Amino acid sequence: MSTVSGWGDAALEVADLRVHFDTPAGVVKAVDGVSWSLHAGETLGIVGESGSGKSVSALAVMGLLPVPPARFPSGHVLYDGRDLLAAGEKELRHIRGNEISMIFQDPLTSLNPVFRVGSQVAEAIRAHEKVGRAAARRRAVDLLGEVGIPDAARRADDYPHELSGGMRQRVMIAMALALDPRVLLADEPTTALDVTVRTQIMDLLSRLQGDRGTAVVLITHDLGLVAGRADRVLVMYAGRAVEVAPVEDLYHRPRHAYTLALLSSLPRLDQPAEGRWRPIAGQPPRLVAVPPGCPFHPRCPFATDICRAEVPALAAKDHRAHLAACHHSDRVGEDATSCELAVDVPAMGGRSTAGSGGTPPLLEVDGLVKHYRAGGADVRAVDGISFTVDRGETLALVGESGCGKTTTARTVLRLVEPTTGAVRFDGEDVIGASAARLRALRREMQIVFQDPYASLNPRMTVGTILSEPFRVHGIDDAGEVAGLLDVVGLGAEHAGRYPHQLSGGERQRVGIARAIALSPSLLVCDEPVSALDVSIQAQVLGLLHDLQRELGLAYLFIAHDLSVVRRISRRVAVMYLGVIVELADRDVLFDRPAHPYTQALISAVPVPDPVRERTRRRVVTSGDIPTTVDAPSGCRFRTRCQRFAGELTDAERQRCVEEAPALVDRGQGHPAACHYADVSTVV
Amino acid sequence: MAGYVLRRTLLVVPVVWGAVSVLFVVFFLLPGDPVELMSGGERAVNAETRAAIESKYGLDRPWYEQYGRFWSQLAQGDLGVSITQGRSVNAILGETAPASVRLAFWAVVLEVLIGVTAGVLSAVRRRSFVDALATVSTTVAVAVPVFVLGYLLQYMLGVYTFRHDFPDWARFPVQGIGPDSWALFLFPRGSQWKYLVLPAVTLASVSTAVVARMTRATMLEVLDADYMRTAAAKGLPRRTVILKHGLRNALVPVVTLVGLDLGALIGSAVLTEAVFGWPGMGLAIHGAITSLDAPIVLGLSLVLVAAYVVVNLFVDLSYALLDPRIRYGKAGAR
Amino acid sequence: MTAVRSVPRRELWRRFRRNRLATAGLMVIGLEVAAAILAPLITFDDPGHVDSGASLSPPSGDHWFGTDLLGRDLYSRVVYGARVSLQVGIVAAVIALAIGLVAGAAAGWYGGFVDGLVMRVTDVFLAFPYILAAIAVITAVGRGRMAVIVVLGLLGWMPIARLFRASVLQAKATEYVEAARALGVSDFGVVTRHILPNAVQPVVVYAAIFVGTAVLSEAALSFLGAGITEPTAAWGLMVAQGKDYIFSSPHLLFFPGAAIFLTVLAFVLVGDGLRDALDPRVGTP
Repeated sequence: MSTVSGWGDAALEVADLRVHFDTPAGVVKAVDGVSWSLHAGETLGIVGESGSGKSVSALAVMGLLPVPPARFPSGHVLYDGRDLLAAGEKELRHIRGNEISMIFQDPLTSLNPVFRVGSQVAEAIRAHEKVGRAAARRRAVDLLGEVGIPDAARRADDYPHELSGGMRQRVMIAMALALDPRVLLADEPTTALDVTVRTQIMDLLSRLQGDRGTAVVLITHDLGLVAGRADRVLVMYAGRAVEVAPVEDLYHRPRHAYTLALLSSLPRLDQPAEGRWRPIAGQPPRLVAVPPGCPFHPRCPFATDICRAEVPALAAKDHRAHLAACHHSDRVGEDATSCELAVDVPAMGGRSTAGSGGTPPLLEVDGLVKHYRAGGADVRAVDGISFTVDRGETLALVGESGCGKTTTARTVLRLVEPTTGAVRFDGEDVIGASAARLRALRREMQIVFQDPYASLNPRMTVGTILSEPFRVHGIDDAGEVAGLLDVVGLGAEHAGRYPHQLSGGERQRVGIARAIALSPSLLVCDEPVSALDVSIQAQVLGLLHDLQRELGLAYLFIAHDLSVVRRISRRVAVMYLGVIVELADRDVLFDRPAHPYTQALISAVPVPDPVRERTRRRVVTSGDIPTTVDAPSGCRFRTRCQRFAGELTDAERQRCVEEAPALVDRGQGHPAACHYADVSTVV
Repeated sequence: MAGYVLRRTLLVVPVVWGAVSVLFVVFFLLPGDPVELMSGGERAVNAETRAAIESKYGLDRPWYEQYGRFWSQLAQGDLGVSITQGRSVNAILGETAPASVRLAFWAVVLEVLIGVTAGVLSAVRRRSFVDALATVSTTVAVAVPVFVLGYLLQYMLGVYTFRHDFPDWARFPVQGIGPDSWALFLFPRGSQWKYLVLPAVTLASVSTAVVARMTRATMLEVLDADYMRTAAAKGLPRRTVILKHGLRNALVPVVTLVGLDLGALIGSAVLTEAVFGWPGMGLAIHGAITSLDAPIVLGLSLVLVAAYVVVNLFVDLSYALLDPRIRYGKAGAR
Repeated sequence: MTAVRSVPRRELWRRFRRNRLATAGLMVIGLEVAAAILAPLITFDDPGHVDSGASLSPPSGDHWFGTDLLGRDLYSRVVYGARVSLQVGIVAAVIALAIGLVAGAAAGWYGGFVDGLVMRVTDVFLAFPYILAAIAVITAVGRGRMAVIVVLGLLGWMPIARLFRASVLQAKATEYVEAARALGVSDFGVVTRHILPNAVQPVVVYAAIFVGTAVLSEAALSFLGAGITEPTAAWGLMVAQGKDYIFSSPHLLFFPGAAIFLTVLAFVLVGDGLRDALDPRVGTP
């Protein structure tokens, strides 16, 4: 097999790689004939949804797959004139960490909890070089400093659990780059991190890559991340490479139906909620039963008989470096510019009824506070927030981990009792409601959870789960379950199944069906799509949107993904460490954010557009998110605020330290909790 | 760290108090006639003995006075007097404890060495012959009663080998402690080891199986851990990955288990000592059951409960060393 | 380690049956229960029938398992012994389960003071080595079948309480329980429909193994003379009586010993099988 890039000699080349796993359910063809090459110093993005085989191919390169159950029916991994797939353990050991190294998704579980981080870095050095303990440690400390760990000599003696997520990932990077490898495989390196921390880590990786000339394979599900960081992109689907192209070609002139579908199903931060949008239908195939022909054909709008019969080969399209495995790449190319298959969606987020008839808001939250004790410390999870949700509208509550958004959601429904504050639903006090009144209120306000695996009772069938709401409230449920399943796009046959027999997307549909069973007027959605794959996300968001239009539901939508928020909300409240820092209509917030935190947050979300992504103005915050236990005095954001650090005078800073800013309009047209609020465009 | 040590140590106080109180209730408040119990059960009690026992334990006084007296005697280290032997239980303890400690020590050594090795091997070579063998033999060892195993070993290595003229090394004495000759208190001297082997193996069998099963389970979990992949990705040899990164993490729950399992070991020791006539505390307790000598059972039980609680305190403190997450309050408090 | 891994009953049974050893264990238990119930029909001799002429005879056509010192038929005694062992094991397990489940559920559901109290009491009881504690109590209150059952049950509930408490706590924190509360399901409904059914499965695993442990402990106590007494046919007691004839009549040890071993093994295998069937990592397609 020849190289597929046609770019001459490569630092690493994977040719016709197949990785199959023998399982009781059948042979899982995790990687099924994939070729790619990586040139010195470049960044190759490998993009795909879960189960597409993107991580498995990287592990195969490193020889880290357990054999059995893994098998390699074909393929070569060529590095430095050798085939690593055929190499012995000793040879591989010399290469791992030394010539090719790898960083993983979750830095907490990827570091050994019982060893100090400094010694874990030193161990990587001593695995390949004959250096003494002390010398290795000195080098480890230098490396930790280089990856931006403050006070590295002292932090080297910390255990992983004593560091924040971002710091742990820095340690992983220090470990991976300790011996100046030629190739770095980065498997979802920022997925487990908070949005603002992700930018820091990616910037660090880019800087080190530039300094050292390392070639990087960036494996991710995030099309936005790849747009700004990769030179070339490989798209994987069901264990196969479906398209390879230079980054701009791929985003602007996709030639595979899946790439096009993926790009047009993506909610985007830089686009208003109206306009081009097309969720992909169906489920990704199970890898034990990949459809014959093109694996994407059951979900593809272009599919014809040939797609069902023949596996398309990866072939050059516009030019030598742009390859796609699609029978209809010409039609895909046309559609990518004409958008004829995309449907125009009306603005999501519902309509507000408040202005028109002068009706009171559906939900009023006033001065809500929730403090509790955990591990001997006072956690101020929610620290005095107020907002309203009108009938039929969507208010998004966004923020990073620990900002209190989930606690707020639970408190509004009184699943958690607030410390102080008021919650009124349709004018009625929720917090002081009697047990009987609360039960009645429960019919009006429901919740959809994040984790579709944990939110359904594993021992009940879907039918039992969906009939429970009716049973509890003494309503006849005849025919209701079938009707609900139909509304959320499931069939009547699903009623007899148990949750473990459903896919993630199907489970989330059941969760939504349960929530709307009693025809509530408010749904609290707690990160309802963040555990789902991109294509399934779009389906579930579409369902939520349809339900809102048909049933007039109001949503309190908790999320950390700003792209999703831009798509579905009417108004947005941004939270940071237990308080709301900015509250505005959607387009106002995204186009003219006033709070430095909002600006940083928006700026940190990559957009799936390489040109735009490379020219955007960036607002970068420093450091880690503090916990609410040790929240800073005055303005809570000041320790990470770019304006506090760079633009303000000492006298102005003094005010930030001493006085907590109120959430008021300081002339920007909407309230922001910053003494020096100043509108700035960052998309 | 200091906070953890202090908290864990203070926890011993209510536990010991509760346990001793339960024993008091069982021996002095539950039986119809404690005097009869403390003087040997169904035997007739003459007035003189009754008076002596009543004054020793204050059995004619209200229960709270008895309870106070019970504690004050314990505080002075007085464990009572044996009925059948007429000697103090403290003296019996002094005679029997060394034999028991020696036997238990070697059983624990075997348990940890064999159990951990077997567990690691069968986890690393999952579904291999070694794994199948370990799984079968540990399941069997859990189900065989200690006393049956003891007699089985006696029959095979003490009876059969003698009858069939096996070489000397395959013939083992089946009763008693032999010369009772030890170096550094714990190490058998001369032919002493021949007397030690069978009881130690018998006593260790169940615990070894339990440790092996636990080690296998935790090791399998650890082998799947992300940090093991990281360690391999650094280019470390497989042996280092498994023994340094893997075993160190897998040992944390195993160490806890060894401590907790000591309770079962004490029970097994009574049986083992009875089977082999090993002159330790277990044999003394067995004799006391037969001769209805309640003070011996009570006194030795008190000592064993205390020893068990203290050993587990040290075990808990030691795994704070193994797992740094425990040292700083709750794991994952972040 | 004690994650709530709850599986619908049908699915559990399907996975359990795939495990041949566990299924064999279940069959052994079934056969033993049948033998215990039908003991008078499948034996030829009264277990207490003394025949001094046939003392210590080896296994033969008349006496399949041979006879003991008093010439009693060992086969009958072993079969009748199953009655004692199974009764002690199962009833002790029921007692331990009853106490453990109530204590664990109370601690897990109410938390706070109740939790602290239950856990401290559990700690105190756990400070007793199991067999030793049973010996001590039986020495004080007297021997006999009832005493053994009650003592083994009363001393065995603590691990069940701890396990169930952890399960309840875990189930209580799941989103499906929150969803049920959000729907307006009463506390009683949440506990009975959502928490208990999901929390109880890890306990079932332990309970199966506990029956085996109780059978083993009863045998040990009887062997030491602190359990079942003559003339009842109990396996542990039979081993104790046979131990002096290990050289001449090893069958006295072999048959009751094998009976104990098989019974305990069967319960351990069933427990292991249940545990594997509950483990989501084993064989979910």
